[in-house]
Amino acid sequence: MQIYVCVKHVPDSAVNITIIDKSHIDENVTFLLNPYDEHAVTEAVRIRDACQENSEVIVVCLGKADAENTIRSALAMGADRGLLIVSNEEHDSIETARALKAAMALKKTEKPSLIFTGKESIDAEGMQTMFRLGALFDFPVATNVTRVDIEETRAIVVSELSGGNANTYELSLPCVIGAGRGLNTPKYPTFPDIVKSRKRPVEKIAFTDLTIDSPKAGMKIIQLEALKQSRNPKEITGDPGSVAQKILSILEQEAKVV
Amino acid sequence: MKNIGIVIETDNGKIKEAVWGMIAMARGNEIELFAFVLDADVNVLKKDLESFGILKIVDISLAKDQQSNPVVKTKALINAIKEFNINALFGLSTAEGKDILPRVAAMLDSPLVMDCIDVDLEQNSAKTSQYSGKTIATIKLSGDVLLFGVRPNSVEPIKVSAAEKPTAEIIQFDCEGLYCDSLKVINTMAPDQSARINLVEANIIITGGRGMKNKENFTMLFQCAKKLNAAVGASRVAVDSGWAPYSMQVGQTGEKVSPKVYIACGISGSIQHFAGMKTSGIVIAINTDENAAIMSNCDYYVMADALNIIPELTKLLTNG
Repeated sequence: MQIYVCVKHVPDSAVNITIIDKSHIDENVTFLLNPYDEHAVTEAVRIRDACQENSEVIVVCLGKADAENTIRSALAMGADRGLLIVSNEEHDSIETARALKAAMALKKTEKPSLIFTGKESIDAEGMQTMFRLGALFDFPVATNVTRVDIEETRAIVVSELSGGNANTYELSLPCVIGAGRGLNTPKYPTFPDIVKSRKRPVEKIAFTDLTIDSPKAGMKIIQLEALKQSRNPKEITGDPGSVAQKILSILEQEAKVV
Repeated sequence: MKNIGIVIETDNGKIKEAVWGMIAMARGNEIELFAFVLDADVNVLKKDLESFGILKIVDISLAKDQQSNPVVKTKALINAIKEFNINALFGLSTAEGKDILPRVAAMLDSPLVMDCIDVDLEQNSAKTSQYSGKTIATIKLSGDVLLFGVRPNSVEPIKVSAAEKPTAEIIQFDCEGLYCDSLKVINTMAPDQSARINLVEANIIITGGRGMKNKENFTMLFQCAKKLNAAVGASRVAVDSGWAPYSMQVGQTGEKVSPKVYIACGISGSIQHFAGMKTSGIVIAINTDENAAIMSNCDYYVMADALNIIPELTKLLTNG
């Protein structure tokens, strides 16, 4: 099986984001493997290891040259090799999916049997690349997946809806799976894992060298602003009973939700 | 004139509250709204839809077994988009919407912005949060059909003036025979407590964090929430400690919510937690630690143990 995992190099969620020239962020911050993609990599490795036939986990990433670090993180978590599509431009999910597909199709002998992504990236929060990949390949897709069972010709997956609702889908193989947080506990690498993974190959391809038909549609960020925090905290004091009374009157009179 | 399609999400045959705000967001000059109803009786919904300015109700009554399949719904919506020359499609950024709207966008190769807090149909742009809720991005969409996933509760539902006396036309739109071989629904699981209010769509959310101390104490949040018709959320610490399931997590790697009132109980207010709730209306923080980040970034704060306050609130609500 050729198991592909599409990953993204994103700013660490704990860093402060500074906006420069109105539509970009200051990229001089720590970047790392998108947290949902960690679940995707862990699951792909698990499936490879459980597989009888010769299988391989290939990590694909579209990003700048330093996104290689994110691929390296995935390799340290157990992936076999990496494929970095290098581009200094920004790409929306329509272009990204085309680039990922083109990169996966470079070697005709390595057709994907399974494609993983995270359910969303924590920077763009677009939640759609997996569906666009599915549409381009004509593979079925499930997102926010918290359980995967691979059988001979199908995958049985649990796709979480909110509030504990979940659907179990049967997908024909190959398919695309967007990993959700409940899928597994990411396998963080040990030092020997990291050392071992250094020898694993990361192939680089320029975005401009891929054959991609230009899309008729697109999404472009025209402005980026810091989300203003203009809350002005007022203290509620008193014994528990009177505090509860005050909270209730906020709910009734100010918010009008009760 | 632009034709705008609205995906009407229902719950037990009733239109979800958050739909009304979405309709208000889509309304405007030179705009005709088409309500796409996939799984409910349009005659029951007609009056309410009219009062919010919908003049065309498209009855895409899918068969029961088709309703649960997201690909079948996707195909039905695409047929309707083509039939009614739809320029833009609005749906909710709920769990259901997150499984349908991107499918429609992908199949049409059309642009989509999820979790919109504002949409400008003149500029063809939408505002949405990015970078874990730390920034608001304005995204310009280009293409034949534009798609918007609207964050529930981001716009006030406003009815059209009663003087307009709108009358909607019901259009039957047959989508029989749609099927999907590659994706089949083999089971639909409802939550254990069926009465639980959906987190993303709730008007009031009570969230528990480290200060709740254990799983048993979450029960008091549920009791209070039941009285308030509120949903219960949890911080990452509470989820990782096993006090609440993942599906209840609010924050960076959990749900992003915008309730009218957010009551944070024993929550410190990490950047990652704010990422999931900062667009809330009124934020009330209850914490014993006055230095907790949330205490300086809320509308009201109480320096107390939530374990003492919440039961009092429940008591007040019980006694009327």
